[in-house]
Amino acid sequence: MTDAVVIPLLKIVILLVGVLCAVAYLVLVERKVVAWVQVRLGPMRVGPHGILQPVADGIKLFLKEDITPSRSDRWIFMIAPILTLVPALIVFAVIPFGPQTTIFGTPVSLYVADVNVGLLYIVSVASIGVYGLILGGYASNSKYPLLASLRASAQLISYEVAVTMTLVSVILMAGSLSMVGIVEAQKADGVWFFFVQPVALLIYFIGGLAETNRAPFDLPEAEQELVGGFHTEYSGMRFAFFFLAEYANMIVISAVATTLFFGGWLRPFPSVEALWLLDYVPGWVWFLLKTFVLLYLFLWIRATFPRYRYDQLMRLGWKVLLPLAIANLIVTAAAKVFL
Amino acid sequence: MADRPQPMFDTNELVINMGPQHPSTHGVLRVILRLDGERVVGCDIVIGYLHRGIEKLSEHRDYAQLVLLTDRMDYVAAATNNLGYVETVEKLMQLEVPRRARYIRTLLSELQRIASHLIWLGTHAMDLGAMTVFLYAMRERELILDLFEEYCGARLTYNAMRVGGLPQDLPPGWDRKVREFCAQLESKIVEYEQLLTHNRIWLERTRQVGVISGPDAIAIGLSGPPLRASGVMRDVRKDEPYAAYDEFEFDIPLGAAGDTYDRYLTRLEEMRQSVRIVRQALDGLPDGPIIGKVPRVIKPPAGETYHAIEAPKGELGFFIASDGKSSSPYRFRVRPPSFCNLQALPQLIRGHLVADVVALIGTIDIVLGEVDR
Repeated sequence: MTDAVVIPLLKIVILLVGVLCAVAYLVLVERKVVAWVQVRLGPMRVGPHGILQPVADGIKLFLKEDITPSRSDRWIFMIAPILTLVPALIVFAVIPFGPQTTIFGTPVSLYVADVNVGLLYIVSVASIGVYGLILGGYASNSKYPLLASLRASAQLISYEVAVTMTLVSVILMAGSLSMVGIVEAQKADGVWFFFVQPVALLIYFIGGLAETNRAPFDLPEAEQELVGGFHTEYSGMRFAFFFLAEYANMIVISAVATTLFFGGWLRPFPSVEALWLLDYVPGWVWFLLKTFVLLYLFLWIRATFPRYRYDQLMRLGWKVLLPLAIANLIVTAAAKVFL
Repeated sequence: MADRPQPMFDTNELVINMGPQHPSTHGVLRVILRLDGERVVGCDIVIGYLHRGIEKLSEHRDYAQLVLLTDRMDYVAAATNNLGYVETVEKLMQLEVPRRARYIRTLLSELQRIASHLIWLGTHAMDLGAMTVFLYAMRERELILDLFEEYCGARLTYNAMRVGGLPQDLPPGWDRKVREFCAQLESKIVEYEQLLTHNRIWLERTRQVGVISGPDAIAIGLSGPPLRASGVMRDVRKDEPYAAYDEFEFDIPLGAAGDTYDRYLTRLEEMRQSVRIVRQALDGLPDGPIIGKVPRVIKPPAGETYHAIEAPKGELGFFIASDGKSSSPYRFRVRPPSFCNLQALPQLIRGHLVADVVALIGTIDIVLGEVDR
C-alpha cells in the first residue's frame, strides 16, 4: 500500500511544488543574470537582494483582475493557458533526477515513473503545449496575438522536427527510449553522449531555444514587434500560466539535455576511477548542477543576441538544422552498424 | 510580390495599427500597416500626436525665449537645436561671435551628437531584440548628460546657448572630465561593435533591409546619416561650415549599400569622428569672451534668412523672417531632419516583413518631438 500509492503521490507533490518554486525563482534568476550582464542590479526591493520578488509577483498575479476580452472565444480563451501549462509540468514525471536510493531504509527512485517509452512521452506531451499558444492567440480576437500565434505554430512545428531527429540519434546510441535507460547506457559506455553527439546537442539546444520561444527565437512574444505576443490579451493568473509554462519548458529542455547528453545524475567522467571522490556527491546534485548550467546558457544567450526574423528563423530550421540533424542521424546509424 | 499565384480562396489584407502606443515607434508615431501575412503591402504614417505648435508659438515670444522652445523639438539633442537657432538669429543680425564661444558650441554639439547617436544605437538595437546594447549605450549617454548638467544645470533641455554667444563659461576641471569621457567612449564603442557588428543575427537583420539608393535618397530629401549611408557626400559641417568646424580635421563616413547596416556603421563611425572633434576643440580652446556685443533687446533688422546646421539626425534648418519692428519673429519655420527623413519610411517598408518595420523606424532615427514640433 505505502509503496504503491503513498510514495508516488508524495513524489508527485514534491516534484510539482519543486518545479513551480524552481520556475518562480528561475524568473528571479533570469532578471538577476540579465541585470548583471547589463551592469544593473536587478530586483532589490522585496527582501534582501530581491529574493522575495517571486512571492510578490505571485501575489500580484493572483489578485489581478482576470479580463476576458469581449467577443473572444470564451471557452478556448480559458482552456488555452491550461493547455500550455499542464504538458509543461507533466513532462517532469519521467525525468530521472537521480538513481535508485534508499531513504530511511525504504528504496526510493528519484523519478516519478520510468516509462519504457520515456523520450517518446516527452516529445508527444511537449508538443501539446503549442496548441495552447495557437488557441490562445486565436481566441483573443485581436490582431497582434493572432499574428503571434501564427508565428508560434509555424516555429514550433518546424523546430520540433529537427529536435526529434536529434533525439533519434541519441536513442540509437543508447538503444533505449527510457530516460533511465539512456543514463544507464551512458554509464555503461563510460562517456557522456555529449562527447559522441556534439552536433546533436547543438541542434537540440538551438531547437530547444526555438521551442521555448526564448531569445533569439522569441518571435511569438517579440514585444518590440507584436506588443506582447500571443498573451497580449491575457491578464492575471491566466497570463501567469503562460509565463510559468515558458519557464517550465526551459527547465524541461535543460533537464532533458542533461539526461540525454550530460549523463543525467552521473558524475563527470564516470569511467575514470581516479575521480572516486566525486562519487560522494549525490546524483541529484550533479543533475541539478548540470541543468542549472544549461539554464544559465539560456539566460546568457538572451542577454547577448538580437532577435531573428521570422523568415530567417524558418530558413534556419528547415534548411540548416533539419538536414544537419538527418545527416547526423545517418552517420550515427552507420557508425552503429559498421563499427 | 506581383507574380504571386492567385490564392484559391478569398484573402484579405490585414490592417494593423502600429502605434501611437506601440513600444517601438519611439514616441507617438502611428503607422497603419497593411499586411499580407507577415509581409507589408503598404503603410500610412500618421503624425501630429506631439504637435505643440512651436512654430506659431515662436511668433509671440521674443528671440531670447525661443532658445527654450527649440530645446523641446529634438529633445534628445537640445544643444544642436539651440545652436541652429542662435546662429540663424546671428546671421540675421550679422553678429560677431567670439572664437571661444564658437569652440565651446562645437564642443557641445559634438557631445550632443554622440549622446543622440547613443540613444539611437540603444533603441535601434533594442527594437531588434538586443537589449543589452541599449543599457550599455544609456550608460555612456548618462556620462554626457552629467557633463551637460555640470555645464548648464540641465540634463535634457539645456537652454545652453544665447544669441551672440553662451550664457556661461565652462566650469573649472570640465575639460579634464570630457577628455576622460572621450577615452572611455572609444573603448565602449569597441564593446558595442563586439556585440553587433559581426554578429550573424545582426547582419541578417540589417543587411539588405531598407535599401535606398543615393539618387532616391536625394529625391526624398533625406539628410544626415541616412543620406550619407547611401553614398552621398553631404554634410553641412563640411559643405557650409558653421561654428568652428572649419578649424577642425575630421572625416565624413560614407556608406555604400544604403541599407540598415550601412546606416549603423555610418553612425558608429560618426561617433568616433565626434570624439576626434571634441579632442581638437579641447586642445585648441582659445581664451577670450564667451559672448559678443549683443543689444539688450534683440530686434533683428527687417529681412529673412535660412540657416542650416548638421544636427545628429540630419540637416536642421531654421527660417526666420523679421519685420524689423517687433522683438519676436514674424515667421518662424523649422526644417526638421526627423520629419523629412520620416518621409522615406513608406518606401523603405514596402515589401518587408513586420519585424523589419521596427528596424526601419529605428534606422531613420526620428524623434517625434521634432517631427510634430
